[in-house]
Amino acid sequence: MRLNGRSLGITAYLVVLILPIYWLLNMSFKTNDEILSRLSLWPHQLTLANYAHIFNDPAWYLGFLHSIEYVTINTVISVTVALPAAYAFSRYRFIGDKHLFFWLLSNLMAPPAVYAMPFFNFYYSIHLFDTVWAVALAHCLFNVPLAVWILEGFISGVPREIDETAALDGYSFPRFFVRIFLPLIGNGIGVAAFFCFMFSWIEQLLATTLTTVNAKPIAAVMTRVYSAAGMDWGLLAAAGVLTMIPGAVVIWFVRNHIAKGFALGRV
Amino acid sequence: MSVVLEHVGLRVGNDAVIDDVSLAFERGTMNVLLGPTLSGKTTLMRLMAGLDRPSTGRILVDGEDVAHVPVRRRSVAMVYQQFVNYPSLSVYENIASPLRVAGVGRAEIESRVAEAARVLRLEPFLRRLPAELSGGQQQRTAIARALVKRAALVLLDEPLANLDYKLREELREELPRLFAESGAILVYATTEPSEALLLGGRTATLWQGRVTQEGETPSLYRDPGNVDAARVFSDPPLNELPVVVAGGRARRSDGTPLPEAMIPSLPDGSYRIGFRVEHASVVEQDDVAASQGDVFPGTVSVTEISGSESFVHIDVGFAVWVCLVLGVHDWRPGARAAVSVDRDGIFVFAPDGSRLQPSVVRRLPHAATG
Repeated sequence: MRLNGRSLGITAYLVVLILPIYWLLNMSFKTNDEILSRLSLWPHQLTLANYAHIFNDPAWYLGFLHSIEYVTINTVISVTVALPAAYAFSRYRFIGDKHLFFWLLSNLMAPPAVYAMPFFNFYYSIHLFDTVWAVALAHCLFNVPLAVWILEGFISGVPREIDETAALDGYSFPRFFVRIFLPLIGNGIGVAAFFCFMFSWIEQLLATTLTTVNAKPIAAVMTRVYSAAGMDWGLLAAAGVLTMIPGAVVIWFVRNHIAKGFALGRV
Repeated sequence: MSVVLEHVGLRVGNDAVIDDVSLAFERGTMNVLLGPTLSGKTTLMRLMAGLDRPSTGRILVDGEDVAHVPVRRRSVAMVYQQFVNYPSLSVYENIASPLRVAGVGRAEIESRVAEAARVLRLEPFLRRLPAELSGGQQQRTAIARALVKRAALVLLDEPLANLDYKLREELREELPRLFAESGAILVYATTEPSEALLLGGRTATLWQGRVTQEGETPSLYRDPGNVDAARVFSDPPLNELPVVVAGGRARRSDGTPLPEAMIPSLPDGSYRIGFRVEHASVVEQDDVAASQGDVFPGTVSVTEISGSESFVHIDVGFAVWVCLVLGVHDWRPGARAAVSVDRDGIFVFAPDGSRLQPSVVRRLPHAATG
């Protein structure tokens, strides 16, 4: 590789991007003593104790499981609900369709804090409070509109003639939708699922407000390390690293879809 | 099976996309819908397929109104101008698709797909995806899918418009034959008069959502009933000349008298005369004085050479007329030349656009005094 100004610039940029992630990883393998005592670029006393702690303490690993549960439920619900809606917005003209579409999108602009109180009160009264379903459903607030918007773009990219040819061939609508249509918008579904997963995974306010013990998400568990004895830096760093892993895994699986999504649709 | 359209109309907003169309189609016939782009050919086919509902009128299949029969219950196949196939299915599965949905047995599917693939020469490509085929192969896949279904009504919407010349020639000959066996009603939309003539059968000319004329294709060509039908069925465009008749003398609208006896005597009024390229010939400048008949001097504006024919566009001052010359001639733009009009090829249209039939023209009262 030729070292010129451009590649140097890019390298510097990447280093700046990677640095916080590296530092988190670095910290997660250190003891608290080492973290607090001196600046070390790599762990001098390598320890897995922080990770061991997380995997052995139900309060910790259940936090992860709860988060994964509600994020998965939310992603499935959001995409499933958004598919027919996006199809309707793309294919049919009905009174107020454009206004409805805009209204859906405007939900994305509302800060979750606005909804935290009513959700809390409502879920409490119907005994959904402190369940993964409470968080999964609450996150639909912004994920369903997002998924509808992304999918509508992909669906509009499929020629209407395909729908018509299928009808002429004798396909019933459900059979057409599953057998012919879904494979055509596979990239769109991948992209929509990825964004739903991501936004649900990083959302903290609703997730912590709507849970106490039984469905406590990892983000809430992490606040436990602010204790009277001070901060458990190493533990916090290990939890941070583990929090990034599901997102990284999902990106790995949908990276091709997303690349096509950028080229084709709404992303 | 018969399909009858009774005063079918379709309005979108305030526009009449299809305006009072009445047509009848019989089993085993070839029917051409001829009209320029946006004349309503595709829309009419969509109405016949059931993809759109007419706002007025009825569509009868074997005498039954089919307004409430869903598309998938109808015996209709359609081939679009764009190549429409299922991108995620192989060519084989694409062709087999209507049979699979209909629950046809495996062995029967295999033999019918193999047969369709054979006649459309798709055998080497059956395992490929449509995106891996050339445009011609993709369209043949779409045609094969329409063929295996053995539908009673087959709608072909400019199926060859996006194909290369050679393939068009081949398929144009084969298509009617392929579908003839099944006794289907074949409806073929095209913008090209020559294609309609090659396909034969019956033709309906469409102009702005209306059927301007309907009948046997060759006689429709020879005897257009009105100016719209004549325009639609002329390529290169119909040569036109508005004339005013006053006191038995025909003049151009600017007052210049027309050559004596160029058009039959007509009652006073405004008319439009039209003639096709084959009734207009080029006269070289030197021969103008010597030539007989109705000659209009002008200058060559462009020459289109098409195979063994040349179409010479000549600017005669008040219009640009196109003349047909056999053989390849290269008239240079700007060269002086004249158009000679063959009297027998002249159509006379009344102000409302209807054509005055030759017999009618002769029987007009002024004809005797002319």
